Amino acid sequence: MSTNKIIPIGPYHPLQEEPEFFRLHVDGETVVDIDIEIGYNHRMIEKIAESKSYDQVTFLVERICGICSTSHPFAYTNAIDDLLGVTPPERALYIRTIVGELERIHSHLLWLGLAGHFLGYNTVWMWAWRYREPVLDIFERITGNRNHYAMFKPGGVRRDFYEEDFPWIKKTLKSLIPKFDMFKGAVLDDPIIRARTEGIGILTRQDVHDYSVVGPTARASGVGIDVRKDDPYAAYDKVEWKVITHEGGGVFAKAVVRILELYESTNIILQCLDNMPKGDIDLNIKDMPAGEGIGRHEAPRGEVFHYIMSDGGNSPAWHKVRAPSFMNIASNKKAVIGGTISDATIILAAVDPCYCCTERTAVVDYKTGKKLMDGQDLVRLSQEKTEKLRSKLKS
Amino acid sequence: MEEVSPVKIMLKHLFNFIIFPGFLFTAVVGLAASWIDRKVTARVQWRVGPPWYQPFIDLVKLSIKEITVPKGASKPVFFMAPFIGLSAVILSSTFLWLANLELGASGFTGDLIVILYLLTIPSIMLILGASASGNPLAAVGASREIKLLLAYELPFVFALVVPIIKSNGLLKLQDLIAFQAANGAFASNISGFLAMIVAIFCMQAKLGLVPFDMAEAETEIMAGVYIEYSGILLAILKLTKIMAMVALPLFLSTVFWGGFSIWKYVVLLVIIILMRNTNPRVRIDQALRFFWKKMTFVAIIAVLLAMIGM
Repeated sequence: MSTNKIIPIGPYHPLQEEPEFFRLHVDGETVVDIDIEIGYNHRMIEKIAESKSYDQVTFLVERICGICSTSHPFAYTNAIDDLLGVTPPERALYIRTIVGELERIHSHLLWLGLAGHFLGYNTVWMWAWRYREPVLDIFERITGNRNHYAMFKPGGVRRDFYEEDFPWIKKTLKSLIPKFDMFKGAVLDDPIIRARTEGIGILTRQDVHDYSVVGPTARASGVGIDVRKDDPYAAYDKVEWKVITHEGGGVFAKAVVRILELYESTNIILQCLDNMPKGDIDLNIKDMPAGEGIGRHEAPRGEVFHYIMSDGGNSPAWHKVRAPSFMNIASNKKAVIGGTISDATIILAAVDPCYCCTERTAVVDYKTGKKLMDGQDLVRLSQEKTEKLRSKLKS
Repeated sequence: MEEVSPVKIMLKHLFNFIIFPGFLFTAVVGLAASWIDRKVTARVQWRVGPPWYQPFIDLVKLSIKEITVPKGASKPVFFMAPFIGLSAVILSSTFLWLANLELGASGFTGDLIVILYLLTIPSIMLILGASASGNPLAAVGASREIKLLLAYELPFVFALVVPIIKSNGLLKLQDLIAFQAANGAFASNISGFLAMIVAIFCMQAKLGLVPFDMAEAETEIMAGVYIEYSGILLAILKLTKIMAMVALPLFLSTVFWGGFSIWKYVVLLVIIILMRNTNPRVRIDQALRFFWKKMTFVAIIAVLLAMIGM
C-alpha cells in the first residue's frame, strides 16, 4: 500500500520569490500528483485600468511584472495602435524593438541564474546576474531607469535615443557575447548539469498543443511559435533573425533555447541600431474613437495578449490581459508527475513562471468544487461594501 | 616509575577533550575554516563576503534564539540528537589531533576503526533528529541522508582498507603516521592515491556540501533535515558540521598523506570549496549510482593494486 505524503511548495518557499502554492503528492521521492494553486497576489489590474486614462494605463500595465516590465506596455500599445488603426513612426518601432529585445536578454539571464540556484549551483546564479548588470546599465543610459523603463506610449515612444550612445551600447552588447559563449559551454558541456536537466519534465508536441503552451516552453518542444515571426509587429519584419527551437522538450532543451535566444536578441538589437531611421518618435494621439483592438507581443516567457475596448471616452471600457505564464503553469501538471521531488523544483522553474502576471480570482466551494462567485459577483460585493461604508459615514 | 595520581590523569584528559585539542580548539579552527569557505565562495561569485568573525556571531545569535519544538515531535530524541552528534565529532577530532601532535603516547590499536564509526554518528543523529521532528520535509531529508550514508560508507571503508594493507595491518593512527614517515605517504603510491580520491568524494558527501547536499537542499525541501531545528539546537548542528570540516580533512591527511600539516589542510579545504562552487546538486539516485558504481569500483581497484604491492 502506498502512503502518499504531501510536500508543499509554497505559499512561501525559497524556490520562488512570489507567493504560489504547489501541493506535491509524493510516494517516497516520486511525485504522483500535483495541485497547482495560484491567486495569492491578485491586484485587480484590469479593473484599475478602467479608471485610468489611456496614457496612465501604460504605466499601470508596466507594473504587472517587474521582470518583463516592457512586455505588457508593448502589447498594450500594440492594442491601442490596432484600435486606432495607425502605425507609429518607423523610428519609434525600432526603439520599441530594441527595448523589447534588451528585456529578453536580461530576463533570460535572470532565469539562467535562478535555474542554477535551484540546482544548487550558486556560482552560475551569481555569474549570470553579474552579466545581467551591463544590460541594466544600457537601460539606464537609454531610458533613465534600470527597471520599469516607461518608454512606451500609445502611438510611439516617450524618449528618443541619442546617436552618440550607439557606439557604447554596441560595445557593451558585443562584450556580452563571450559571456554567453561561456554559459553555453557551461550548460552544454557540464556532465552534471546535463544529468540533472536532460530527460526530465518532458513536454511532447502533443502536450504543447493540448495545454496551449507558449514561448520558449513551446519552442523547446520543437513547436516554432513566435508572435514576432507569425504576426510581425514593430521592426521584427525589418531585421534578419530566426526562431530558435529544440526537439528535446525537457528542462535542458528550455535552457538551450533561452541561451540561444540571447544571441538572436543581441543580433536584432545590433541590426536595429545600424538601420534606425531618423524622424519622429510619436504620433501625438489626442482622441480615442470607440472600438476595440488587440495587441500581442512575444514576451521573454511567451505570447502576452492585451484586449482593449473603448467607448470613445478617456479610459478603456474594458481591458483584458493574458500573460504567458497563465498558459505555461498548467503544463506543470504534465511535466512534473512521474519525476522526483528534486526534479519537480527545476521543472516548476523551467517555464520561467511569473505568478503576479497570472493571478485570477474565483470563489469556489472547497468540497463540491462548485463556483460560488465569479468576477462580476466580486465587483458587486465590493460595491455593496462601499455603499455600506458610505451610509455608515453619513449617519 | 613515577606515580601519577588518577585525578591528574582525569584532569589532563578533560583538558584534552574540552579545551585543547578537543572541543574549543577544533571549534575555533573550524570557524576559521568556515569563514575561509564563505569568503572564497563569495569571491568566486563576485560578492564581497563576510568579515572574519561572521561564523562566530552567527552561532552566538542562534544560541540566544528561542527553541521551538513542533507538536507531535518525539522530544527526547529531538533534543538529544544534536548533542550526541557534537560529542562524537569532539571525540574523533581529539583522537586525531592527539595522534598528529604526538602529545604523549595516545591512542590504542584499532582507533582507526573507532574513528570511522564516530564519524558516521553525526549523520545518524541528524537522521534521528529529523525523523523525530515529524515534519514531512524533514522526513524526505532524512530518507535522503540515509541513502547517502549507505552510498558513501561502502567506498569509504574500501578506501581505508588500502593503508591498512600497505602497512601490513596497522590499525593505530600513530603507527600509521610513523610508518608513512619511514616509508613515504600512501598517497604517493598509485593505490593510495586512488583511495584518497575516493575518500575525498566521500568526505564531501559526509560534510553534506554541494554536489551532495540533497539532504538539506534549500530550494527543494527547505533545509530538509534541519527544518524544525532552531535556537541553540541548530547552533549545535551547525557547529558539528563546522567541526567535521576540520576532523575529516585531518583524518584523510593522517591516513593517506603522512599526518597533519597546515598546507595539507589548506589543500584539502580548497578542494572542498572548489568542488562545492563548480557543481550543481545531483539527485539522490545519481549520487547513489556515483558512489556504488564508480567510487566503489575505483576503491576496489585500489585495494587490488595495494594487494599486489603497487
